[in-house]
Amino acid sequence: MAESTSFYNKITSFFEEIGEMTRFAMRFFKEAVSPPFEFRELLKQCFFMGNKSFFLVAVTGFILGVVFTLQTRPTLEEFGAAAWMPSMISISIVREIGPVIIALICAGRIGSSIGAELGSMKVTEQIDAMEVSGTNPFKFLVVTRIAATTLMIPLLVIFGDFIALIGSALIENIKDDVSYQLYFTQVFEALKFSDLIPATIKTFFFGFAIGLVGCFKGYNSKKGTAGVGKASNSAVVYTSMLLFVIDFVAVFVSDLFYN
Amino acid sequence: MKTTTSNTRDSESNIVLQIENLYKAFGENKVLNGFSLDLKNGENLVLMGRSGSGKSVLIKCLVGLLKPDKGKVEILGNDISTLSQSDMDELRTSIGFLFQGSALYDSMTVRENLEFPLRRHTRKLSSKEMEALVFEALESVGLKHTVDLMPAELSGGMQRRIALARALILKPKIIIYDEPTTGLDPITSKEIIELMNSVQEKYKTSSLIITHDVDCARVVSNRIILLLDGVNYAEGTFNELSNSNDTKIKAFFK
Ligand SMILES: Nc1ncnc2c1ncn2[C@@H]1O[C@H](COP(=O)(O)OP(=O)(O)OP(=O)(O)O)[C@@H](O)[C@H]1O
Ligand SMILES: [Mg+2]
Repeated sequence: MAESTSFYNKITSFFEEIGEMTRFAMRFFKEAVSPPFEFRELLKQCFFMGNKSFFLVAVTGFILGVVFTLQTRPTLEEFGAAAWMPSMISISIVREIGPVIIALICAGRIGSSIGAELGSMKVTEQIDAMEVSGTNPFKFLVVTRIAATTLMIPLLVIFGDFIALIGSALIENIKDDVSYQLYFTQVFEALKFSDLIPATIKTFFFGFAIGLVGCFKGYNSKKGTAGVGKASNSAVVYTSMLLFVIDFVAVFVSDLFYN
Repeated sequence: MKTTTSNTRDSESNIVLQIENLYKAFGENKVLNGFSLDLKNGENLVLMGRSGSGKSVLIKCLVGLLKPDKGKVEILGNDISTLSQSDMDELRTSIGFLFQGSALYDSMTVRENLEFPLRRHTRKLSSKEMEALVFEALESVGLKHTVDLMPAELSGGMQRRIALARALILKPKIIIYDEPTTGLDPITSKEIIELMNSVQEKYKTSSLIITHDVDCARVVSNRIILLLDGVNYAEGTFNELSNSNDTKIKAFFK
């Protein structure tokens, strides 16, 4: 009995949380479209996020491209299809692996730091201080951060994809003497709009999810430093889960459209 | 200092902040049960009460961080429950609020902390005017040299003084201090207390001061109100209350 009640409680609190997060998202849209707009803070956040994840995304992207190419090569060679490498790699990286891996990295880097930052601002009354000084803290802190992740994650993904392809081209160049020019000509031949558009639209949703969950967890963080740790930790966990859900839906929807 | 009867009318029009019959509960926990208070122009009013008696809750109701269940709050002649969000924000610029834990924005430098209220509330200031105001506020708390430091690089007492400078920068008519000396050593406490007195003199502000600190209450108060069981239990000058025979009152001044 006790077990089933606690399971029941878990389920209800899970749905309650989803409800609250939806309300939080609604509030974002409502406040995002009404003046005043905090452009200065938005730019600052965009810069911070780009600056903070730039290197990480580059390294991850490069390794992704290199490893993926090295692992795939033997199989394709076996079938005598090594010439297909550039198109195969570029499609799988740009369509799927690049966006997901880079969004996950950013969830760890950006989402957790938003959760921790807003969480500690909440418990040390900085959010109250902002409100008392006549500034809407939701607008200043939450709207700018969610908008910034929604804009920056797509850019970081495009950048990461590009670095991954460079990594892949490097391996092809070493192993098979494929020139960079030939490699990228093949890449651009293989990639169609129908690959690029859904993949890019998806990343806006990834960015929105990272900002939303980070802000939600931080802004509603419980008293005490333990609350802050929990906010930042659960921001990463929930975001990662949500990213896969969004990815699933996105793939499903684009499949419907293009077939 | 009691107002004489002939002065009563005068002093009533002099009230800058009035709380009437305030009620606030969190579920079963009834924190305020009909609390009333008025703050006169230019006075230092001290509010004392045990830990958890609802002092912070009370002042959060004053600035709209919490919504009271019942009762009226009037600040500078405005009933705050009738104000629109933008009017409330406007009114908040005439109230300085010093938080219990300083609440400096820790991602901003001292300068940016002080500029924050300025950027939001004044007509567009030139960077020169802004600089001048920042330095004036820092001067009054004696910390001009910290202008480009981050809050984390300052001691607790310095943070409290910077927080005070931030609360002062818009030249508020009313300042609310939430335990300004708690957690500070006696010497730093004394500095803060002196600062509070000099602020009152220099800017002619009215202050509502929350404290446990008897020394602080003795030095800064013109009048003291005791908050007990959610109501204003007693009121008087420091001497009147500290010489009272009521054991409940005495307990505060041990
Ligand atoms: N947001 C809140 N939600 C629920 N209960 C609260 C909230 N804020 C305060 N309380 C409760 O109200 C009561 C009064 O709290 P308050 O912070 O006003 O005490 P205080 O007099 O300021 O004490 P201290 O001197 O320790 O700061 C406490 O019992 C506290 O648990
Ligand atoms: Mg308190």
